[in-house]
This record gives sequence, structure tokens and C-alpha cells, in this order.
Amino acid sequence: MIEIFATAEEAIADVPDGSTIMCGGFGLCGVPENLVRALGAKGTRNLTVISNNAGVDTFGLGGLLANGQVKKILGSYFRSSEICARLQASGALEVELLPQGTMVERIRAAGAGVFGVYLPTGVGTCVAEGKEVRLFGATECVLEYPLAADYAFIRAYQGDRLGNLVYRKTARNFNPVMAKAARITIAEVEEIVEVGELDPEVIVTPGIFVKRLVKGARYERRIE
Amino acid sequence: MSGESSKTRIARRAAREVRDGYYVNLGIGIPTMIPAVLPEGMTVLFHSENGILGMGPPPSPGEEDADLVDAGKRAITAVPGASYLCSDDSFALVRGGHLDLAILGAFQVSERGDLANWSLPGRLTGIGGAMDLVAGTRRIVVTMEHTTRDGQPKILRECTYPLTGRRVVNLIITELATIEITERGLLLKEIAPGVSVDEVQRATEAPLTVDRWLTLME
Repeated sequence: MIEIFATAEEAIADVPDGSTIMCGGFGLCGVPENLVRALGAKGTRNLTVISNNAGVDTFGLGGLLANGQVKKILGSYFRSSEICARLQASGALEVELLPQGTMVERIRAAGAGVFGVYLPTGVGTCVAEGKEVRLFGATECVLEYPLAADYAFIRAYQGDRLGNLVYRKTARNFNPVMAKAARITIAEVEEIVEVGELDPEVIVTPGIFVKRLVKGARYERRIE
Repeated sequence: MSGESSKTRIARRAAREVRDGYYVNLGIGIPTMIPAVLPEGMTVLFHSENGILGMGPPPSPGEEDADLVDAGKRAITAVPGASYLCSDDSFALVRGGHLDLAILGAFQVSERGDLANWSLPGRLTGIGGAMDLVAGTRRIVVTMEHTTRDGQPKILRECTYPLTGRRVVNLIITELATIEITERGLLLKEIAPGVSVDEVQRATEAPLTVDRWLTLME
């Protein structure tokens, strides 16, 4: 079951070099900023990061990139990150671009025990190159494989002491689906509440998907 | 004609593609101007793929909420009846064909409806949800200026930029014309006041067939 940590630093203390880490958030919205900051301070290296975006240079994953901690990043949109472009151009960072819906469905598949999905997205474009394409009726689809991680860093609004989570507005985004797709999911929340305080009807992520919980010490609430 | 006013006219024309009761996704650029020019009294729910169905206008200054943004990462509001979606549901409704319409910008469109709207050639840095939207949405309308800044055609026989999808565009709306993509190529349906068919053809690489009921763009 779940373990509750006092600080983000303790919650990520065992993350080894070479880990694959999923990171929730869309742009700067719903990013597990305390966990990312702690990983930056710890200096873990050779990371493979799966995240829709790469933050901006002064916030979120941008810090890990600037520290040279990331060897590869997979996601759908990195245009806001100067540092990502610079590292990619110099060969210091491998970048894999995915259509956003394909990315999320591959993550969903990993969490749901689905071993391959045929998706119509990207047929006839560069993202389908070298992949199996199969015709279903009149629709061509690309075979895509699950995308899993060692750790998922996610952010929620409230979590109870069993790890049940609720989110706030569009800060939900990738967080619930990533919570299911990692061996160890670490959730940072703005508030930890007692068991029973969250209405079971509105819990989005049941605690079974969450291994570690920590209350974030500081939230910048930036708009990109 | 100034750039600003031609974009507004494109948005006004595109707004007529939106029907009462529609679920609609709007791309960045000109499409974001459409909600402001929709007729009063229509019930339309706008989807933004980061995870909201029922996106409202930008908040008043000082009322921005960092937890409430659109796919362009701008602060937004939620209308009554809105819902928030996790990313997997957000793309289930896209890929599953549940949207009625998506109105998107473009760099290039081919005469068969191929769309290039996510990257210039060279370093490829962001796809976002564009490929999913065109793969799943039943009707794709492109709004764009008819030519590039230096006057080169953007409606081509073949796209030269990286593709978003093949044979996906249904209608192109520019400041010069409204063009439908048909099985037999481009059909010029409407033309802007003061513009000749020859002028539209000269600004378009692919051949145009003039619709027998060609009308003036309003």
C-alpha cells in the first residue's frame, strides 16, 4: 500500500540514474513541480523522461534539461523549450515526438494491460514510418506499443492517506493516466486529507495506483 | 486590406460552419477568434485537448487561474455545463469521432485535402494534438491566409512540409475564397467581394473548378 513522505526529496530519494520517469502536466499546468525540483537537486542522471512538454527554461523539466540530467525525452510538443532545442541540435539530447493522443493511448495501454493498439493517427506521416499499418474496413491504422515507466511523478489537488486523488480543473490532464503506467507512482498533492473525506463518487485516481504520497511544499502557479 | 481585418473576415466566415448543438475544437491562430463572432443564442461547446469540454472566453485581468488553461496554454474560463477530462478521455473523444467539427490553421493544404500544419521542414519540435484531430474528427475546416507573406501559394498540388494527415481537409476558408475539397479536386464555392476568379487561381497552385453556384463571401 501507500507510503506517505514528509518531503519531495525523501519521496524521490531512491530514484537511480538511468530511470525512465513519466511526468504529468500540460505546459506548466498540473506539473509535479516539487518532485521535479527535488530530482534536479538530487542530480540523478541519464534519465529518460516521458512528458507532453519540456517545461520552460526556468521552470519544470527545463531545470533537469539544463543540468544535463536527461538523455532522452518523449512527448508531443517541445516548442516552448529553448534548452530542449539547443540540446537536441548539439546531440546531447535524444528527442522523440509523438502525437499527443497516441502518446496518451500508449500510456493508457501500459497501465491497463493492453499490449498493442492500432490507431488511425499519423498514417501517411513521418510518425508512422517503419511501423506496421493495417487496414480496418476503410481506415488504415498504425500499430503502437505500450509506453511504461519506472516512476511516474504526478500532481493532484487533494489526496487522502490511502492515496485516493482528486484533481483541479485542467491540471488533471496526463496525471491520472500516468499514475497507472509506472512501477512506482509518486503523487504530490496540494493537500493531504483524512480517509473518508473524499467522496468516492468523485475520486479520479483510486489509491491502488499510487505508491507514494507527499504534500508539495511550494507551488508557483505560473501561467506559461 | 490590412492583415487584421482579413483574419477577422476569415473568422466570421468560419463561424458560419458552426451549428447550434455542435462540439467543436479550435486550433491556434485565426480559429481562436471564432467564439467571439458566433451569433448569440447558439449552444456550442468548445473542446480544448488538454482536457476541457466547455471552454469559455479568457478571464478578466487578475482572474486568471493557473489550473485552468487551454491547449495553447492561455488562461481561460469554463462555461456552465463544462467538464474536465483526463488526457486519455480527451483524445478518446477526438479519435473516437465524437467532435462535430475542428477548425484549424495550416501552412499548406493539397488539392486532395492533405494537411501540413505542425512543422516547417527541418527541426521538428511539436505535433501536439493536430494529427489526432484530423484522424478522428468528421469535418475539418482550415482557416488561413491564402498565400505566404511573400505571396507564395499555400494551396498546392502536393504539400512540401511535413504532413499532419492525408485526405483530411473538407473546406478551406481564406480572405480570398471558400474552397471545398472534393473527390475531383478543389471546388471554388465563394469568392471575396472585389476579387476575380483569375486572381484566386493565380494565388492557388492547384487547379480550381468554379462551382456553378459560385457566390460572394459574406
